Amino acid sequence: MRDVNLDQMSNQYFDVLKEIGNIGAGNAMTALSQMLQCKVDMKVPQVRLLEFSEVGALMGGEEQIMAAVLLGVEGDITGYMMFMAEEQGARHLIGKITGGMLPEGSEFEEMGMSALQEVGNIITGAYLNSLSSMTGLKIIPSPPAMAVDMAGAILSVPAIQFGIYGDKILLIQSQFYDNLQMDGYFILIPDLESFGKMLTALGMPAMM
Amino acid sequence: MSEIIKVGIADLKTCKSPDGVMTLGLGSCVGIAIRDPMNKIGGLVHIMLPDSKAITGGQHNIAKFADTGIEELVRQMERLGARRVRMVAKIAGGANMFNYQGGGMNAVGKVGERNVEASKAKLKQMNIPILAADTGLNYGRTVIFYPETGAYHIRAVGKPEKVI
Repeated sequence: MRDVNLDQMSNQYFDVLKEIGNIGAGNAMTALSQMLQCKVDMKVPQVRLLEFSEVGALMGGEEQIMAAVLLGVEGDITGYMMFMAEEQGARHLIGKITGGMLPEGSEFEEMGMSALQEVGNIITGAYLNSLSSMTGLKIIPSPPAMAVDMAGAILSVPAIQFGIYGDKILLIQSQFYDNLQMDGYFILIPDLESFGKMLTALGMPAMM
Repeated sequence: MSEIIKVGIADLKTCKSPDGVMTLGLGSCVGIAIRDPMNKIGGLVHIMLPDSKAITGGQHNIAKFADTGIEELVRQMERLGARRVRMVAKIAGGANMFNYQGGGMNAVGKVGERNVEASKAKLKQMNIPILAADTGLNYGRTVIFYPETGAYHIRAVGKPEKVI
């Protein structure tokens, strides 16, 4: 097992992870566009390595209400994957899918939650599929779990996992626009061993 | 005028009455508030992981772990004049944010609980009694602690503010 220290990650490794993020988010967007039957465009995803304290601020503060879908990952890579969207965007997305069944300002009802969970499942699934084809590694996502809560509280989940390696979190921010206006964030959280496996599968030499 | 000092994730701060300390959006992390009721010195640590000894290698922020974080908070409070024998604590957080059924990373579901247990164990070891706790369940918490009264205010989305 190779130890991965995010703080000391070279630019080369960072670029590889960026590429994974780009391709994964691109595929997720295509899946989303097919599902919604409308055009969804995406700005070039931003891959960021942030201090924990900076992440909350990026998303509009620790108390900003966000919707998040979490999937476990098993197979050759273990860990998990999270997709987060700010509440307003998530609501907009639910509206698109359910044909406006969720009125503005109402609570996330069961229907909205399950619609959003399904969307999260599809787009993170597309993301993971592309990661699997790129690396040739078997990646099996598990059923999703969902939360709507303060950004800080939701982020504590991936932050804790990254906390095991250091004091930073690797985040892929993708902005969807055109018919769908939404800021979405993908956070891939492989465990320590899987990080190494992923990089090796992509032809990167052993990390120093 | 009193001031509310913000504590970040994996961070700790001390304060003196009438000031307070707060941390936003505790999820599976735990916020441990400690106070010396005699001189009204207090502090808050926002820990993420239960045990510093379980992590090998690398440089880590000591406020990240229950064991080292609580020790450091107590040390800093003592430096301000608080006495260990008088200290009392209240804890909040340690939620299980996702009702996650899948296998593999079962640590995801358990880390909140483990953080709470580790915090309680450390406080017990240091002979600091826990006066109140609001932990577990499945929602995030914003907390504000006032060493003046020892009131620990807890806010959550869609719930009335609670004081423990």
